[in-house]
Amino acid sequence: MTTRQAFWCGYLDCAPFILIVVPYSMLFGVVARDAGLDILQTMAMSVLVIAGASQFTALALLQDQAPVFVALAAALAVNLRMAMYSAALVPHIGHARLGLRAIMAYLMVDQAFAVAVRTYEDRPEMTPPIKVAYYFGCMALICPFWYGFTLMGALVGQAIPAAFSLDFAVPVCFIALTAPLVRSGPHVIAALVAGITALAFAWVPWSLGLLIAAGLGVFVGGQAEILLARWAQGSNP
Amino acid sequence: MIDTTTFWTLTISLGVGTFLIRFSFLGLLGGRKLPDRALIYLRYVGAAVLPAMFMPLLVWPEATGGSPDTIRLLSALAALAAGVRFGVIWAILVGMGTLYFLQFLFS
Repeated sequence: MTTRQAFWCGYLDCAPFILIVVPYSMLFGVVARDAGLDILQTMAMSVLVIAGASQFTALALLQDQAPVFVALAAALAVNLRMAMYSAALVPHIGHARLGLRAIMAYLMVDQAFAVAVRTYEDRPEMTPPIKVAYYFGCMALICPFWYGFTLMGALVGQAIPAAFSLDFAVPVCFIALTAPLVRSGPHVIAALVAGITALAFAWVPWSLGLLIAAGLGVFVGGQAEILLARWAQGSNP
Repeated sequence: MIDTTTFWTLTISLGVGTFLIRFSFLGLLGGRKLPDRALIYLRYVGAAVLPAMFMPLLVWPEATGGSPDTIRLLSALAALAAGVRFGVIWAILVGMGTLYFLQFLFS
C-alpha cells in the first residue's frame, strides 16, 4: 500500500459517518444561532473546538447564564476522554514529526480515532507513514463536512423536525463505531463493564462518570487479556 | 443572549484546552516505546470509551424526558447486530431505519 492509497482508504472507511456528521453539525449551527450567536461565532466554535458534545454542553450552560469557568470546566470534562485516545494512538502515529502530531491532535475526533485504531489493529503490516496517511484520510472527509454543515445549519437556521428523532443519531453513531471494535472476549468484557458502569456512575457531576466507567473498562479488558494469555500458557506448557 | 466577551473567552479557552487534551500523550510521548503492559491496556480504550459515551444517551434519552424508550432500545440492539455482522454503514442505516419503522408502527 502506498501512502496515497492509504489516504483514500481512510477517506472511504470514514465515509459512512457523513450520514451522522451532516445532521449533527447542522443541528449545532441551528442551536447556536437560536442561542443568539452570530455566524462568525458559530463557525469559530466549530472550527476551534471540533468536538460536538462539548460544544453543545458549553452553549447550553452559557444560555443558562452559568459563569464562564463553569461552562468551560464542564465542556472540557466532556473532552477528557480524548486524552485516552491520545495515549492509545501513541504506538501507531507517535513517531511523526511534532508539527504533524499537533495537526493530528487537532483533528482527533471519535470517528477518526475509532476507525483508524480498528484498521491499525486489523493490518499490523501498515508502516508508520502509511498509518499517518490513513489517519489524515479519515479526517479529510469528516472535517470539511463538519465545518460546511455547521455553516449550513447556521444559515438555514431551520431545525430538523423532532419527528426525525435525530437525537438518536448520536448513540447510533457510537454504536456503529463500537461494533467493529468488540472483536474478542476481552473487548466484549471491556465494552460491557464500561457501558454498565457508565449507567451506574451517571450521577457523578462533570461527566466524570464517563471517565470512571471508561477507565474501569480499559482496566478490566486488559486484565482479561492478561489472564487469558496466562491460562493459555498454563494449559500448553 | 450570550455576552460577546463571555463567548470569546469561553470559545478560545475551550479550543486551547481541548487541543491540549488531544495533544497530551501524543505530543509529549511522541515516538517513545511504551511498556508492553501499557500497550495491552491501551488496546481497550476504544471498546471502553465509546459504550460509556452512548449507554446513558441510549437508556435515558433527552427526547423522552429521560425515561427509557423501548423503541430506542430495540433499534440500538438492531444497530449493534447489524454493525457486528455487516459493518459500520449498516449499523447506521439499520439503527435509524428500525427507529423510524417502529415509531411509524406504534405512534
